[in-house]
Amino acid sequence: MSLLSVENLNVSFPTPQGRVNVVENLSFELGQERLGIVGESGSGKSMTGRAILRLIRPPGRVDGRILLEGADLTGLGERQMRAIRGARISMIMQDPRYSLNPVMTVGRQIEEALWVHERLPRREMKARTRQMLEAVRINDPDRVARMYAHELSGGMGQRVMIAMMLIPRPRLLIADEPTSALDVSVQGDVLTLIDDLVRDTGMGLILISHDLPLVARYCDRILVMNSGRVVETCRASDLYNATHPYTRGLLAAVPKMHETRDWLPVMDRTT
Amino acid sequence: MTDPSPSISLRNLDIAYGGVRVVQGVTFDVARGESFALVGESGSGKSTVLKALCGLAPEWTGTMQVLGQPGLHRPNRAMARRCQMVFQDPYGSLHPRKTVDAVLSEPLAIHGIGDRDERVEQALVDVGLDRRFRFRYPHQMSGGQRQRVAIARALMLEPEVMLLDEPTSALDVSVQAEILNLLKRLRAERGLTYLLVTHNLPVVSFLCERMAVMNKGRIVEIAQATALHDGSFTDPYSLALYAASGGNR
Repeated sequence: MSLLSVENLNVSFPTPQGRVNVVENLSFELGQERLGIVGESGSGKSMTGRAILRLIRPPGRVDGRILLEGADLTGLGERQMRAIRGARISMIMQDPRYSLNPVMTVGRQIEEALWVHERLPRREMKARTRQMLEAVRINDPDRVARMYAHELSGGMGQRVMIAMMLIPRPRLLIADEPTSALDVSVQGDVLTLIDDLVRDTGMGLILISHDLPLVARYCDRILVMNSGRVVETCRASDLYNATHPYTRGLLAAVPKMHETRDWLPVMDRTT
Repeated sequence: MTDPSPSISLRNLDIAYGGVRVVQGVTFDVARGESFALVGESGSGKSTVLKALCGLAPEWTGTMQVLGQPGLHRPNRAMARRCQMVFQDPYGSLHPRKTVDAVLSEPLAIHGIGDRDERVEQALVDVGLDRRFRFRYPHQMSGGQRQRVAIARALMLEPEVMLLDEPTSALDVSVQAEILNLLKRLRAERGLTYLLVTHNLPVVSFLCERMAVMNKGRIVEIAQATALHDGSFTDPYSLALYAASGGNR
């Protein structure tokens, strides 16, 4: 049985011109692997991540089946869903500056993430939090646990967020553009950290990003999305041999480090 | 175009915000018609240098010359005419309640330039926007279209120097390619001088001839953009940045 299976997922929103599908007939299976979803803004990649966690609010509508280890999530009530979010499926958001609570210390926030799902004695909670901060490679975890979000750098903030998301030991981690708010030198560290934790714990990972080279480096398999549909699925190692014109167009539009082209190819937007 | 003096010349420039020095001892020249990049991480002071050049960071000491004129401690009309800036986020840099027409006419009105109607039409053509966009508001356009408007606004006064602060980092890759092509074409057609701030080294490789690497408010190395082809940097920080950006892979 696969960890996650998504069947005919549709996400739609009403517009003055009628309902518009932002995700259309999306199906995929995820085992204990690292799946990348790439596409440009508006391709539906983030909506897919949100739909899996049932975070799409009305008037948005979600149809299709989402099975987590065989159990259908689509029929669950809000209360049951809350027991799944964080504990079994976790999500890392883009920018730690907006996703961390500004008036709660880092330590308290991480403890809270655990407390919601597991009631442990106070001493044990503290120990788990400390352990988790060490696992995300924060030096001096006791000091950092007493800090507030504004006292952290972007890279540290993202590590704290990862700690918070992984402390209830979820089975599946969804990372939505986890490094696009970070400097290049920190990006690699954060992704390597996510990668190590995913491998050590045998979690599944869905990495959502617009950055093709990055996804190719950190995933096993890639879905390329455009206008709500999957246009191509391939092994990450084969991304550079992709055949679909949209994927090829995306790859060609990225400037290269040893750029010698006078002009970058652009996509035909008339279609 | 035969003037041999550099467009931008900085000597031992220190810049402070509220007494805190954030840029130290910056020295470089940008030749007329050259495209020069400032690269580095957030907080390295690269955007601050751009702000100082257009008078938005008044607390500076050292020597600054732009197009033969001494540097400014506040924005100034004569300088605005010759040196313009394009900002990172086209969502934040266009007035939400002004139409494209109003945004593009305003600099002309301020500087008392006539033929506004023709100039606005021409500006839209130059940046590859259809004329139907002329009376739209920013929220009716995509990010790439907005950035074209921001570039058109900067070009209205026919400046010689363009200060570009991360002009494509808020855009999708395929839109980024369009804007980069546009910037390259405009520079070739008008002999513009570019000073580009970015953290994206491949963009430098595409658009610039030379680059300065900044770290913690100082320039650690000035190199030809061709150094990006083979990683022939000498400073350890430049090498680390190059490796982190996917160089030599």
